This record gives sequence, C-alpha cells and structure tokens, in this order.
Amino acid sequence: MSWLLRWVFYAVIVRFVVLFVLGLNVRHRERLPKQGPAILTANHNSHLDAMVLISLLPLRLLGRVRPVAAADYFLSSGLRAWFATRIVGILPIARKRASPDEDPLAACDAALARGEILIFFPEGSRGEPEQLAPFKKGIGILAARHPDVPVYPLFTHGLGKALPRNEALLVPFFLDVFVGEPMFGRDHPQDFVEKLRERIIALGAEERLAQWD
Amino acid sequence: MSLLGIPPAVVNALGSILAILVIATLIVAAMHVSRAQGAPAELVLRIRSWWVMFAVFTLAIALNPTVSIVFFALISFLALKEYFSLIPTRRADRSVLFWAYLAIAVQYYWVGIGWYGMFLVFIPIYVFLLLPMRMLLIGETTHFLRATGSLQWGLMLLVFGLSHLAFLLALPEAGNPGAGGAGLVLYLVFLTQFNDVAQYVWGKLLGRHKVVPTVSPNKTLEGLIGGVLTTTLLAWLAGPWLTPLSGYQAAAAGLLIGFAGFIGDVNISALKRDLGVKDSGQLIPGHGGILDRVDSLTYTAPLFFHYLHYLHY
Repeated sequence: MSWLLRWVFYAVIVRFVVLFVLGLNVRHRERLPKQGPAILTANHNSHLDAMVLISLLPLRLLGRVRPVAAADYFLSSGLRAWFATRIVGILPIARKRASPDEDPLAACDAALARGEILIFFPEGSRGEPEQLAPFKKGIGILAARHPDVPVYPLFTHGLGKALPRNEALLVPFFLDVFVGEPMFGRDHPQDFVEKLRERIIALGAEERLAQWD
Repeated sequence: MSLLGIPPAVVNALGSILAILVIATLIVAAMHVSRAQGAPAELVLRIRSWWVMFAVFTLAIALNPTVSIVFFALISFLALKEYFSLIPTRRADRSVLFWAYLAIAVQYYWVGIGWYGMFLVFIPIYVFLLLPMRMLLIGETTHFLRATGSLQWGLMLLVFGLSHLAFLLALPEAGNPGAGGAGLVLYLVFLTQFNDVAQYVWGKLLGRHKVVPTVSPNKTLEGLIGGVLTTTLLAWLAGPWLTPLSGYQAAAAGLLIGFAGFIGDVNISALKRDLGVKDSGQLIPGHGGILDRVDSLTYTAPLFFHYLHYLHY
C-alpha cells in the first residue's frame, strides 16, 4: 500500500507544488542520470530540497531514489518516521556512531549495490538560507568506496526563500537548478569533498541570481 | 457556424488565426527541407509553443467566462512569481510577498462579480497603501523604498494591468452584441501578439536605425513603423467583426496597440537588462519565460480597455 501512497505523493502532490506553486528552471537537465547507481549531491536549504531533486528524475525511477537523511531527526517520532521512510522514502543514517566500529555508511553501500540513486546533502543540515556551509567528509568516503558510481554536483537556488528553516509559510518563488557533469571518487576523500564543493559553487555562479537580503 | 455557444465572429476569427499558424508552420517546414542546415532550432520551438499557447488560450476563452477569468488570474500569478524570483527581495518580506499573491485572487474576484469601481481602485489605492503598512509592522527599514517600490511596480503591471484582459469579459454583453467579451479579448490579445511578430519580421527585413539601442539593440525604427502599420491595417479589418468600434476607431486602436505593445516590450527588456538576465524564465520553449510573452500586454491591455470603455461603455 505504501508504495502506492508514495507514488501518489510524488506524482501528484510534490509535482503540483514543485512545478506549479513554485516552478523550476533547470540548466543542463540532459546531464541527469538515466539509471542507478548514482549519487546526486546538492546544497541544502529546505525540507523540500530532496523532493525537488526527486521530481527532476522520471517517475519510473521513483522506486530506486532514496534521499539520505539523519536518523536522529527523521526517526524521532512514530508519525514522522513513517512519513519519512514510507512516503518520502529516506535512507536513514546515524550522524554519530553508537560504537567505534559501527559504519554509518553501510546502508548507503548496500543501496548503491542494489543500483539505487542516492540524494546526498554534504552540508549535513539546512543551515542559513541560501548560504553554503562547510561539507562533511562522508560523501568523499562513499565516493572513494564506489569509484565507478557517478556523483553529480547540483546547485539549487530559491527554496531557501520559499520555505527556509523554522518557517511554516510557503511563499512561491521559481527555483533554479544547475546540474553539473558527474565526478568519480578516485581521489583522497578530503580532496574529493573540496573539489565537489568548488564545483557546486561554480554551478551557482553560472548565472546571476536574485539578491536575497 | 456556432460552437458551444461561442459567437460565430469569434469562431471565424479563431479559424483565421489557425490558418495563420498553419501557414507559419508550413513555411518553417519548407525552410527545413530547402536549407542545408534545416530551420533554426529556436524558430521550430517558437512555432511549437505558439500552437500550445493557441490551444490553451482558445480553450480558456471558449469554455465560459469563469474559466477565462481563472485563466487570466493564473497568468498573473505565473508572471508575478517570475518577477519576484528575478528581482532583489528581502528575507523580512516573505509574508508581504504572500499578501501580494493573495491580492491576485482578490483583484480577479472583483472582475468575477463585475464590480468596476473596486476593480479600478483596489491595487492602485488599497494594496498600495496597505502592503507597506504590513512591512512597517515587520520593521525592517534597510532597502524599504526599493522593496515597496518594486512590489507595487510588479503588482501594477502584472496584476492590475493584465486583469484588464479579464474585465473585458465582465463588460455588459449589450455593448458588443456581435462577438461579446470573448471577441474583445481575442481582438486585443491577437493584435498584441501579432504586432510583436510583425515588428520582428519588418525589423529583420528592413531594419537599419536602432530605436532604443541601450535597452534593446535589436529593435529598429523600420521594424516599429512596419509593425505598427501592419497591426493598424489588421485592427481596421477585424474591428467591425469583433468589437463595437467604427472603422476609424478600430484603426486608432491598432495604432495604440502597436505603439503601446512596443513600449511594454522594451519596458520589460529594461528590467531584464538592469537585473543582468537574458530571458525571464524557461516556461515557454523558444520564447523564454511568461514575462517575455506578456510584456506587451501589460501596456496594451489597460490602454486598449480604457480607450474602448471611454468610447462605448
């Protein structure tokens, strides 16, 4: 049943909000992956980020797309956990290890082995709207473990205006999404994270975006 | 011939536009076959988008007046959203922008109930005075003038201005017994869009002297004059058919639409140049955003409406 609810949620509700109430301007859409395994990485401003990235992909891929999200936040209550895992379809990971030999990225490895498309926010949290926080190193480690899986840098602008952290009122704004060429994790994880961050910043500088102060 | 209760004059006019589109499509197809490099990709996209816009617009004005009014409200919404996304805005004004969006629904509600007085004053007076008051309650004064000024500029052009298209449908039916409100909307929208294309084509054929080089370097005096004269001729021909205007009045309406359409177009060009963007968006393939398509209408709709209203209502 929940796959049907998830399909209706993304095919009807998310697409109505993302394509009509908000609206998308996508640059280099042709670069997006046609199949898994792949990792989409982007800057993080809003709860809607993951849903926007999922609506960039065709619905036939919906069953294979999983946003990677913090277990401590999204699994904190029963209803939120049900919605996050069954409807949004998150892949929960622990932000802090429970024991020294626990591997927080094991679930991601398994998902990539199944050919899934992961959505990853290297900033780790939404932070200040429309500002890029430092990246965590997890994406570098994951990319190094899977050197043949393409990692796509994406830059999004607008959701920090439409629905920033700690706001409940959705105000319509067009969203700009810039898709970058895929990268492969053949470097040292820390170097990869730096390069990825530079690519995402460069994508955001491709066009002049409206000032938000 | 009458379909779904649409006046025959409107059906015939739609048929004529369909014929123009078919001819344009055939010309592009011929270019595709005869030229080594095929027809320019942008031209193909543009024509395809014209077909979609024609289909959507025909449905919107043919079904019933309520559908038409909702359709124009949606156009205002998309245009205002595009505008708010392009201009500098302040984080503190999120809720003010939300109220500005609500003003669209209210403005078109006045159209729906045909309250002419309120339709005229709601945005220029009430919204103009009340939205800054909402800002004052938030209390952010940095860039206050920029925020209030740019907000009202957008509301005037994209909500107040464009809502005149919808009010053509709320005018008394007796004023235009032949073609009704749908005929008036079709006359105005067709001539405005035709004028854009005619100015472009004449400019390509004969263009020498730039009119507003710093704002829109591709606009030429020859294109402007050629376009205005073609539009005037067409306005004179179609006037008696779709409007209550006499021959002279219809020709003058053509001149008005031709020149006003030009100003509306370069007005948005100046905005885009100021903001450093080429197209206002990607909503209409080959054309750009919705602002790129309704730019001329933001001037022709209110000016044509009040010209017509003064003469006949």
